[in-house]
Amino acid sequence: MGVTTQAKPGPAAEAALSRALNDELADKGFVVAQLDKLITWARTGSMWGLTFGLACCGVEMIHCWMSRYDLDRFGFAPMPSPRAADVMIVAGTLTNKMAPALRKVYDQMAEPRYVISMGSCANGGGYYHYSYSVVRGCDRIVPVDVYVPGCPPTAEALLYGVLQLQKKVRRTGTLVR
Amino acid sequence: MAVSLQELGAHVSQATAGAVVATSIRLDELMLETTPEKLIGLLTFLRDDPKCLFKQLVDVCGVDWPEREKRFDVVYNLLSLKNNQRIRVKVATDEATPVPSAAPVYSSAGWFERETYDLYGVWFSDHPDLRRILTDYGFEGHPMRKDFPLTGFVEVRWDDVQKRVVYEPVKLTQEFRRFDFLSPWEGDHRPLPGDEKAGEKGKAS
Repeated sequence: MGVTTQAKPGPAAEAALSRALNDELADKGFVVAQLDKLITWARTGSMWGLTFGLACCGVEMIHCWMSRYDLDRFGFAPMPSPRAADVMIVAGTLTNKMAPALRKVYDQMAEPRYVISMGSCANGGGYYHYSYSVVRGCDRIVPVDVYVPGCPPTAEALLYGVLQLQKKVRRTGTLVR
Repeated sequence: MAVSLQELGAHVSQATAGAVVATSIRLDELMLETTPEKLIGLLTFLRDDPKCLFKQLVDVCGVDWPEREKRFDVVYNLLSLKNNQRIRVKVATDEATPVPSAAPVYSSAGWFERETYDLYGVWFSDHPDLRRILTDYGFEGHPMRKDFPLTGFVEVRWDDVQKRVVYEPVKLTQEFRRFDFLSPWEGDHRPLPGDEKAGEKGKAS
Protein backbone atom coordinates (compact mmCIF):
# COMPACT_ATOMS: atom_id res chain seq x y z
CA MET A 1 0.00 0.00 0.00
CA GLY A 2 2.92 2.30 0.58
CA VAL A 3 1.24 4.37 3.27
CA THR A 4 3.51 3.35 6.15
CA THR A 5 5.97 6.17 6.63
CA GLN A 6 8.15 4.67 9.34
CA ALA A 7 8.88 1.24 10.75
CA LYS A 8 6.44 0.36 13.47
CA PRO A 9 8.09 -0.72 16.71
CA GLY A 10 7.17 -4.19 17.83
CA PRO A 11 5.49 -4.88 21.19
CA ALA A 12 8.81 -5.79 22.86
CA ALA A 13 10.47 -2.55 21.71
CA GLU A 14 7.44 -0.57 22.84
CA ALA A 15 7.54 -2.17 26.26
CA ALA A 16 11.26 -1.43 26.57
CA LEU A 17 10.69 2.19 25.56
CA SER A 18 7.89 2.64 28.04
CA ARG A 19 9.99 1.03 30.82
CA ALA A 20 12.91 3.35 30.06
CA LEU A 21 10.56 6.33 30.09
CA ASN A 22 9.07 5.24 33.41
CA ASP A 23 12.52 4.72 34.93
CA GLU A 24 13.65 8.17 33.82
CA LEU A 25 10.50 9.76 35.22
CA ALA A 26 10.86 7.93 38.53
CA ASP A 27 14.55 8.73 38.66
CA LYS A 28 14.61 12.41 37.72
CA GLY A 29 10.96 13.47 37.68
CA PHE A 30 11.09 14.92 34.16
CA VAL A 31 11.72 13.94 30.56
CA VAL A 32 13.93 15.86 28.15
CA ALA A 33 12.80 16.31 24.55
CA GLN A 34 13.45 18.79 21.80
CA LEU A 35 10.76 21.46 21.83
CA ASP A 36 10.50 21.88 18.06
CA LYS A 37 10.23 18.10 17.61
CA LEU A 38 7.52 18.06 20.26
CA ILE A 39 5.64 20.87 18.57
CA THR A 40 5.81 19.36 15.09
CA TRP A 41 4.72 16.05 16.59
CA ALA A 42 1.72 17.75 18.15
CA ARG A 43 1.05 19.63 14.94
CA THR A 44 1.07 16.56 12.72
CA GLY A 45 -1.13 14.76 15.22
CA SER A 46 -3.94 17.26 14.99
CA MET A 47 -4.22 18.72 11.52
CA TRP A 48 -7.71 19.88 10.77
CA GLY A 49 -8.61 19.78 7.13
CA LEU A 50 -10.71 22.46 5.55
CA THR A 51 -12.97 20.68 3.08
CA PHE A 52 -12.99 22.67 -0.13
CA GLY A 53 -14.88 20.20 -2.31
CA LEU A 54 -15.47 21.78 -5.71
CA ALA A 55 -16.33 18.81 -7.92
CA CYS A 56 -16.20 15.01 -8.10
CA CYS A 57 -12.92 14.93 -6.15
CA GLY A 58 -14.96 16.10 -3.17
CA VAL A 59 -16.68 12.72 -3.10
CA GLU A 60 -13.36 10.89 -2.87
CA MET A 61 -12.34 13.30 -0.15
CA ILE A 62 -15.47 12.33 1.81
CA HIS A 63 -14.64 8.64 1.30
CA CYS A 64 -11.27 9.33 2.85
CA TRP A 65 -12.94 10.37 6.09
CA MET A 66 -15.40 7.50 6.11
CA SER A 67 -14.88 4.28 8.03
CA ARG A 68 -12.76 2.41 5.50
CA TYR A 69 -9.80 4.81 5.42
CA ASP A 70 -10.83 6.92 8.42
CA LEU A 71 -8.57 9.97 8.25
CA ASP A 72 -9.65 10.86 11.77
CA ARG A 73 -7.29 8.23 13.18
CA PHE A 74 -4.40 10.45 12.04
CA GLY A 75 -5.93 13.37 13.91
CA PHE A 76 -6.92 14.76 10.52
CA ALA A 77 -10.47 15.88 11.17
CA PRO A 78 -12.80 17.65 8.73
CA MET A 79 -13.32 21.28 9.70
CA PRO A 80 -15.85 23.43 7.89
CA SER A 81 -14.55 26.73 9.26
CA PRO A 82 -11.31 28.11 7.76
CA ARG A 83 -10.52 29.94 10.99
CA ALA A 84 -9.97 26.70 12.90
CA ALA A 85 -8.44 24.67 10.07
CA ASP A 86 -4.77 23.97 9.36
CA VAL A 87 -4.93 22.30 5.95
CA MET A 88 -7.05 23.21 2.96
CA ILE A 89 -7.82 20.40 0.54
CA VAL A 90 -8.67 21.92 -2.83
CA ALA A 91 -10.68 19.05 -4.28
CA GLY A 92 -11.98 19.70 -7.76
CA THR A 93 -12.13 22.16 -10.64
CA LEU A 94 -11.31 25.71 -9.66
CA THR A 95 -13.13 28.17 -11.91
CA ASN A 96 -12.32 31.82 -12.50
CA LYS A 97 -15.48 32.81 -10.67
CA MET A 98 -14.54 30.75 -7.62
CA ALA A 99 -10.89 31.86 -7.48
CA PRO A 100 -11.36 35.04 -5.38
CA ALA A 101 -13.55 33.10 -2.95
CA LEU A 102 -10.90 30.38 -2.62
CA ARG A 103 -8.26 32.98 -1.87
CA LYS A 104 -10.52 34.68 0.65
CA VAL A 105 -11.04 31.41 2.49
CA TYR A 106 -7.29 30.70 2.40
CA ASP A 107 -6.55 34.15 3.83
CA GLN A 108 -8.87 33.46 6.76
CA MET A 109 -6.88 30.42 7.86
CA ALA A 110 -4.46 30.89 10.74
CA GLU A 111 -0.71 30.28 10.33
CA PRO A 112 0.81 27.78 9.97
CA ARG A 113 -1.42 26.72 7.09
CA TYR A 114 -0.98 24.14 4.39
CA VAL A 115 -2.69 23.38 1.09
CA ILE A 116 -3.23 19.99 -0.53
CA SER A 117 -4.16 20.22 -4.21
CA MET A 118 -6.25 17.18 -5.04
CA GLY A 119 -6.88 15.90 -8.55
CA SER A 120 -5.86 16.88 -12.07
CA CYS A 121 -8.10 19.94 -12.26
CA ALA A 122 -6.71 21.51 -9.11
CA ASN A 123 -3.15 20.53 -10.04
CA GLY A 124 -3.07 22.09 -13.49
CA GLY A 125 -6.52 22.51 -14.98
CA GLY A 126 -6.61 18.85 -16.04
CA TYR A 127 -9.41 18.03 -18.42
CA TYR A 128 -10.45 21.70 -18.48
CA HIS A 129 -6.95 23.08 -19.06
CA TYR A 130 -8.00 24.85 -22.27
CA SER A 131 -11.34 26.10 -20.99
CA TYR A 132 -12.16 29.79 -20.92
CA SER A 133 -13.52 29.59 -17.38
CA VAL A 134 -11.12 27.37 -15.43
CA VAL A 135 -7.98 28.32 -13.52
CA ARG A 136 -5.00 26.36 -14.86
CA GLY A 137 -3.96 25.01 -11.49
CA CYS A 138 -4.94 26.23 -8.04
CA ASP A 139 -1.28 27.15 -7.39
CA ARG A 140 -1.98 30.26 -9.46
CA ILE A 141 -4.16 31.40 -6.55
CA VAL A 142 -2.74 29.82 -3.37
CA PRO A 143 0.65 28.27 -2.53
CA VAL A 144 0.40 24.47 -2.60
CA ASP A 145 2.32 22.04 -0.39
CA VAL A 146 1.26 18.64 -1.71
CA TYR A 147 -0.15 17.72 -5.13
CA VAL A 148 -2.22 14.54 -5.30
CA PRO A 149 -2.48 13.29 -8.90
CA GLY A 150 -5.45 11.41 -10.29
CA CYS A 151 -8.80 12.02 -11.91
CA PRO A 152 -10.18 11.69 -9.34
CA PRO A 153 -7.48 10.37 -6.97
CA THR A 154 -8.61 7.41 -4.90
CA ALA A 155 -9.26 7.96 -1.22
CA GLU A 156 -6.08 5.98 -0.66
CA ALA A 157 -4.12 8.46 -2.79
CA LEU A 158 -5.42 11.38 -0.77
CA LEU A 159 -4.54 9.52 2.42
CA TYR A 160 -1.02 9.11 1.07
CA GLY A 161 -0.93 12.82 0.29
CA VAL A 162 -1.96 13.63 3.85
CA LEU A 163 0.80 11.40 5.21
CA GLN A 164 3.28 13.07 2.87
CA LEU A 165 2.17 16.43 4.25
CA GLN A 166 2.67 15.17 7.80
CA LYS A 167 6.16 14.02 6.83
CA LYS A 168 6.87 17.43 5.33
CA VAL A 169 5.70 19.19 8.50
CA ARG A 170 7.73 16.83 10.66
CA ARG A 171 10.88 17.56 8.66
CA THR A 172 10.55 21.25 7.93
CA GLY A 173 8.26 22.51 10.68
CA THR A 174 9.68 25.24 12.94
CA LEU A 175 8.54 27.30 15.88
CA VAL A 176 8.70 30.43 13.78
CA ARG A 177 5.33 31.46 12.44
CA MET B 1 -47.55 7.04 -31.75
CA ALA B 2 -46.44 8.88 -34.88
CA VAL B 3 -50.04 9.29 -36.00
CA SER B 4 -51.09 10.80 -32.70
CA LEU B 5 -48.12 13.15 -32.85
CA GLN B 6 -49.17 14.27 -36.32
CA GLU B 7 -52.71 14.75 -35.10
CA LEU B 8 -51.45 16.80 -32.20
CA GLY B 9 -49.33 18.93 -34.52
CA ALA B 10 -52.30 19.50 -36.84
CA HIS B 11 -54.50 20.35 -33.87
CA VAL B 12 -52.03 22.90 -32.52
CA SER B 13 -51.33 24.57 -35.86
CA GLN B 14 -55.05 24.74 -36.65
CA ALA B 15 -56.05 26.13 -33.29
CA THR B 16 -53.33 28.76 -33.06
CA ALA B 17 -54.01 30.14 -36.55
CA GLY B 18 -50.63 30.62 -38.17
CA ALA B 19 -48.43 30.64 -35.09
CA VAL B 20 -46.85 27.35 -36.14
CA VAL B 21 -44.57 27.82 -39.14
CA ALA B 22 -43.55 24.19 -39.46
CA THR B 23 -44.07 20.91 -37.66
CA SER B 24 -41.81 17.90 -37.79
CA ILE B 25 -41.33 14.68 -35.86
CA ARG B 26 -37.85 13.97 -34.65
CA LEU B 27 -36.80 11.23 -32.25
CA ASP B 28 -40.45 10.29 -31.67
CA GLU B 29 -41.23 13.76 -30.46
CA LEU B 30 -43.11 16.62 -32.04
CA MET B 31 -41.21 19.78 -32.93
CA LEU B 32 -42.93 23.07 -33.72
CA GLU B 33 -41.30 26.12 -35.27
CA THR B 34 -42.72 29.54 -34.66
CA THR B 35 -41.83 33.24 -34.82
CA PRO B 36 -40.92 35.55 -31.92
CA GLU B 37 -44.19 37.51 -32.28
CA LYS B 38 -46.38 34.42 -31.97
CA LEU B 39 -44.30 32.61 -29.37
CA ILE B 40 -46.13 33.66 -26.21
CA GLY B 41 -49.54 32.88 -27.67
CA LEU B 42 -48.36 29.45 -28.76
CA LEU B 43 -46.78 28.61 -25.41
CA THR B 44 -49.90 29.75 -23.55
CA PHE B 45 -52.03 27.55 -25.82
CA LEU B 46 -49.76 24.55 -25.30
CA ARG B 47 -49.98 25.04 -21.54
CA ASP B 48 -53.74 25.51 -21.27
CA ASP B 49 -55.33 23.49 -24.07
CA PRO B 50 -56.94 20.31 -22.65
CA LYS B 51 -55.40 18.18 -25.43
CA CYS B 52 -51.91 19.50 -24.70
CA LEU B 53 -51.49 20.52 -21.03
CA PHE B 54 -47.73 20.99 -21.36
CA LYS B 55 -47.56 22.49 -17.91
CA GLN B 56 -43.84 22.13 -17.36
CA LEU B 57 -41.07 24.02 -19.09
CA VAL B 58 -38.17 21.61 -18.72
CA ASP B 59 -35.47 23.67 -20.41
CA VAL B 60 -34.78 26.62 -22.65
CA CYS B 61 -31.62 26.31 -24.68
CA GLY B 62 -29.93 27.89 -27.65
CA VAL B 63 -28.32 26.71 -30.88
CA ASP B 64 -25.85 28.74 -32.89
CA TRP B 65 -25.83 28.43 -36.69
CA PRO B 66 -23.16 30.95 -37.79
CA GLU B 67 -23.88 30.45 -41.50
CA ARG B 68 -27.56 31.39 -41.18
CA GLU B 69 -28.83 34.94 -41.34
CA LYS B 70 -30.92 34.36 -38.23
CA ARG B 71 -28.10 32.59 -36.52
CA PHE B 72 -29.73 31.51 -33.25
CA ASP B 73 -32.40 28.97 -32.46
CA VAL B 74 -34.04 29.18 -29.07
CA VAL B 75 -35.52 25.81 -28.14
CA TYR B 76 -38.24 25.38 -25.52
CA ASN B 77 -38.59 21.83 -24.17
CA LEU B 78 -42.03 21.23 -22.72
CA LEU B 79 -43.39 18.29 -20.75
CA SER B 80 -46.98 17.23 -20.22
CA LEU B 81 -47.34 15.03 -17.15
CA LYS B 82 -51.03 14.54 -17.87
CA ASN B 83 -50.47 13.10 -21.36
CA ASN B 84 -46.96 11.70 -20.74
CA GLN B 85 -45.62 13.63 -23.68
CA ARG B 86 -42.82 15.97 -24.56
CA ILE B 87 -42.66 18.65 -27.23
CA ARG B 88 -40.13 21.13 -28.55
CA VAL B 89 -40.80 24.66 -29.75
CA LYS B 90 -38.13 26.41 -31.81
CA VAL B 91 -37.74 30.11 -32.54
CA ALA B 92 -35.11 31.57 -34.87
CA THR B 93 -33.59 34.95 -34.09
CA ASP B 94 -30.38 36.97 -34.52
CA GLU B 95 -28.14 39.04 -32.23
CA ALA B 96 -30.35 42.12 -32.40
CA THR B 97 -33.90 40.79 -32.43
CA PRO B 98 -35.25 40.06 -28.97
CA VAL B 99 -37.46 37.06 -28.22
CA PRO B 100 -40.35 37.78 -25.84
CA SER B 101 -39.69 36.31 -22.43
CA ALA B 102 -41.69 33.22 -21.47
CA ALA B 103 -41.43 34.07 -17.79
CA PRO B 104 -45.08 35.23 -17.50
CA VAL B 105 -46.24 31.87 -18.93
CA TYR B 106 -43.76 29.55 -17.21
CA SER B 107 -42.19 30.71 -13.96
CA SER B 108 -39.17 28.47 -14.57
CA ALA B 109 -38.27 30.35 -17.75
CA GLY B 110 -36.51 33.19 -15.95
CA TRP B 111 -33.25 31.43 -15.15
CA PHE B 112 -33.26 29.37 -18.36
CA GLU B 113 -33.50 32.55 -20.40
CA ARG B 114 -30.76 34.14 -18.33
CA GLU B 115 -28.62 31.15 -19.17
CA THR B 116 -29.41 31.38 -22.88
CA TYR B 117 -28.66 35.10 -22.81
CA ASP B 118 -25.42 34.48 -20.95
CA LEU B 119 -24.07 31.76 -23.23
CA TYR B 120 -25.44 32.85 -26.63
CA GLY B 121 -26.24 36.55 -26.30
CA VAL B 122 -29.89 36.16 -27.32
CA TRP B 123 -32.00 39.03 -26.02
CA PHE B 124 -35.28 38.43 -24.23
CA SER B 125 -37.71 41.34 -24.06
CA ASP B 126 -39.75 42.00 -20.91
CA HIS B 127 -37.58 39.66 -18.89
CA PRO B 128 -37.83 40.52 -15.17
CA ASP B 129 -34.07 40.27 -14.51
CA LEU B 130 -31.91 39.64 -17.58
CA ARG B 131 -28.41 39.25 -16.12
CA ARG B 132 -25.61 36.77 -16.65
CA ILE B 133 -26.08 33.65 -14.54
CA LEU B 134 -23.16 31.25 -15.06
CA THR B 135 -20.06 33.05 -16.26
CA ASP B 136 -17.65 35.11 -14.18
CA TYR B 137 -18.57 38.55 -12.86
CA GLY B 138 -17.68 41.09 -15.52
CA PHE B 139 -17.28 38.39 -18.17
CA GLU B 140 -17.24 39.62 -21.76
CA GLY B 141 -18.55 37.64 -24.71
CA HIS B 142 -20.90 34.70 -25.04
CA PRO B 143 -18.94 31.46 -24.73
CA MET B 144 -21.29 29.03 -26.49
CA ARG B 145 -21.18 30.99 -29.74
CA LYS B 146 -19.23 29.18 -32.42
CA ASP B 147 -16.93 32.16 -32.94
CA PHE B 148 -15.92 32.30 -29.26
CA PRO B 149 -12.42 30.85 -28.84
CA LEU B 150 -12.19 27.76 -26.64
CA THR B 151 -9.69 29.29 -24.24
CA GLY B 152 -11.39 32.67 -24.07
CA PHE B 153 -9.49 35.92 -23.70
CA VAL B 154 -8.46 36.26 -20.04
CA GLU B 155 -7.04 34.08 -17.30
CA VAL B 156 -6.71 34.74 -13.58
CA ARG B 157 -3.76 34.77 -11.21
CA TRP B 158 -3.23 35.86 -7.61
CA ASP B 159 -1.07 38.99 -7.58
CA ASP B 160 0.97 39.07 -4.40
CA VAL B 161 1.79 42.79 -4.78
CA GLN B 162 -1.75 44.02 -5.36
CA LYS B 163 -3.12 41.36 -2.98
CA ARG B 164 -5.97 40.43 -5.27
CA VAL B 165 -6.86 38.12 -8.12
CA VAL B 166 -5.92 39.82 -11.39
CA TYR B 167 -7.07 39.14 -14.95
CA GLU B 168 -4.48 38.83 -17.70
CA PRO B 169 -4.58 37.96 -21.41
CA VAL B 170 -4.38 34.20 -21.96
CA LYS B 171 -0.85 32.86 -22.34
CA LEU B 172 -0.69 29.15 -23.18
CA THR B 173 2.56 27.25 -22.98
CA GLN B 174 1.18 24.78 -25.49
CA GLU B 175 -1.62 25.31 -28.00
CA PHE B 176 -4.70 23.14 -27.86
CA ARG B 177 -4.38 20.11 -30.10
CA ARG B 178 -7.16 17.95 -31.48
CA PHE B 179 -6.38 14.29 -31.74
CA ASP B 180 -9.90 13.05 -32.38
CA PHE B 181 -9.99 13.23 -36.16
CA LEU B 182 -12.71 10.62 -36.48
CA SER B 183 -15.35 11.48 -33.98
CA PRO B 184 -17.59 8.44 -33.58
CA TRP B 185 -20.78 10.44 -33.81
CA GLU B 186 -20.02 12.84 -36.64
CA GLY B 187 -17.01 11.53 -38.55
CA ASP B 188 -17.06 8.44 -40.66
CA HIS B 189 -19.14 5.44 -39.83
CA ARG B 190 -16.73 2.60 -40.48
CA PRO B 191 -17.00 -0.06 -37.77
CA LEU B 192 -14.40 0.13 -35.05
CA PRO B 193 -11.69 -2.58 -35.09
CA GLY B 194 -13.20 -5.72 -33.61
CA ASP B 195 -16.79 -4.63 -34.25
CA GLU B 196 -17.03 -5.90 -37.84
CA LYS B 197 -18.91 -9.10 -36.99
CA ALA B 198 -21.38 -7.29 -34.77
CA GLY B 199 -22.33 -5.09 -37.74
CA GLU B 200 -22.86 -8.06 -40.07
CA LYS B 201 -25.05 -9.80 -37.56
CA GLY B 202 -27.17 -6.70 -37.17
CA LYS B 203 -27.69 -6.53 -40.96
CA ALA B 204 -28.59 -10.21 -41.28
CA SER B 205 -31.27 -10.19 -38.60
